[in-house]
Amino acid sequence: MNSHVRVEAQRSIPTAIDYKVYHDPEIFAAEQSNVFKGRTWCYLGLEAEIPNAGDFRTSHVGETPVVLVRGQEDKVFAWVNRCAHKGATVCRSLRGNQADGAFVCVYHQWAYDSEGTLVGVPFRRGMKGVGGYDKDFNPANHSLEKLRVESYKGMIFGTFSSEMEALEDFLGPVMRKYIDRVFHRPIKVLGYARQYMSGNWKLYSENSRDSYHGALLHLFYPTFGIYRQSQDSSGELAEQGFHNVFTVSKPKGDIDYTSFGDEANREMQGATKLQDERLLQFRPEIDDDVGLHIQSLFPNVVLQQIQNTLATRQIVTHGPDKTELVWTYFGYADDNEETTRHRLRNLNLVGPSGLISMEDGEAVELCQQGTIGAEGKYNFIEMGGDDVREYYAPMGMDENAVRGFWKGYLELMGDALSSSTVERPA
Amino acid sequence: MTIADPVLQGLVDSLNAAYGLCLDDGRLEEWPEFFVEDCLYQVIARENVDNGLPAAVMYCDSKGMLVDRVVALRHANVFPEHFSRHLISRAVVTGSDGNTVTAEASYAVLQTRNDGETRIYNAGKYVDRFLITDGTAKLVSRTCVYDTHRIATLLATPI
Repeated sequence: MNSHVRVEAQRSIPTAIDYKVYHDPEIFAAEQSNVFKGRTWCYLGLEAEIPNAGDFRTSHVGETPVVLVRGQEDKVFAWVNRCAHKGATVCRSLRGNQADGAFVCVYHQWAYDSEGTLVGVPFRRGMKGVGGYDKDFNPANHSLEKLRVESYKGMIFGTFSSEMEALEDFLGPVMRKYIDRVFHRPIKVLGYARQYMSGNWKLYSENSRDSYHGALLHLFYPTFGIYRQSQDSSGELAEQGFHNVFTVSKPKGDIDYTSFGDEANREMQGATKLQDERLLQFRPEIDDDVGLHIQSLFPNVVLQQIQNTLATRQIVTHGPDKTELVWTYFGYADDNEETTRHRLRNLNLVGPSGLISMEDGEAVELCQQGTIGAEGKYNFIEMGGDDVREYYAPMGMDENAVRGFWKGYLELMGDALSSSTVERPA
Repeated sequence: MTIADPVLQGLVDSLNAAYGLCLDDGRLEEWPEFFVEDCLYQVIARENVDNGLPAAVMYCDSKGMLVDRVVALRHANVFPEHFSRHLISRAVVTGSDGNTVTAEASYAVLQTRNDGETRIYNAGKYVDRFLITDGTAKLVSRTCVYDTHRIATLLATPI
């Protein structure tokens, strides 16, 4: 009946993915266990968000609510935000400081310390000899579900997997080098934006790895005559395929605007001029000419520097077609007021209202809407080849990193997805 | 509580009503004209304001930047086709000094996309500073502090 050849997901290089992966609740459930709670490190937040003892922020691993806390000895802990008694949400604020380090569930006042260990149960012995828990009740067995936590250069990650290799090994030397680049000096958080898309998280994950769409979907630069597709760009992948970093360097020497005609898109001619060019002003502050650095760390974060904007974008999966993107904007700790204002001006370019990025939210939703009922039909990811390379110079003409995403994803999903991946007949 | 000068109250409320209708009618090119040249317009999450954090999703500190926004919306940006509908409360005038008036007003922006459903898209308040000259008000600064910190898809049209 099925003309497609079934292959083992582990062996396939995915240039064609069944659209079912964006819609199927069972695949979504399998992703929660295989990807987000599986052999990965998930981004939870920045050290700079919780600088003091008792500081906490709520976060997510996939769809699972977790809380990130800095304990009394400066160590950071993360636990699932679900009381061990009745499953109630324990920490109900987005962020704050719990000076005494105690997190108390409001329902029956079970109390946990910052590590998530149960430290108090009301009426544990009952009252006047009546009620209470059995004398064998051991609070140590009723703690919050704890994650392993490690951080790299101020980015905090957590994992549910006890077998997971160290965070540094998961990131690998190439990804670490680029994280080092952004976090070369202490940062300070400038604020948040949250964006809720009616689309699957993998559509966004593909989008952030897709250098092909850059100058085609995002027309801000060409409209104002300030973009060349022939800028120096490079892409690097981690060994697993699923992390990537894409950089574009400021062109050296004179800019030849006449080349636009040759690279024309929908609107490439740039008849319009910016009224206020401060919006785009770029002040190199890292020892290179890189003006755009987009780094997708599987499975749930994008680290970016675009001009002088710095941000993490955390992907939260609320359902097969519900994805939240939490933007955390930051600057460097030693920024003066004028530098901060410059960053705020540059921030117009990115985020939910970003002049060069708002379209990504729309692209995700268009793909979600367009693939409804398309189970058994496949996308086509062969721009720039059908393989996965660790280094490439995409010039915007390559989907290497998208294939890398699927390669890593399929390996983690294993049999949970093998019936969804096909190799097309040659 | 002091009662605001009814003339100032009227100027502020009239500007707010015209401002909302201008955006809702899609007359985006007229929108920068509600501001003075050296203006500040920002759209910022309440969670940032409450925590003393400055990052805004739109931050335009000149009228030229407002014009650039409009040109980008018309020619560059891709977003779901939609209508906006502003519901703006009567303003509370919080101060006046010479030609300058400060005021705040609550707003709700409803959005209707091509599926025809009207949704509450963005709710918050305007925190404003007006310059009154020759009997008309212009915005020196407008900060849209939004409660709806989960922005649906994206935020393209100004609030």
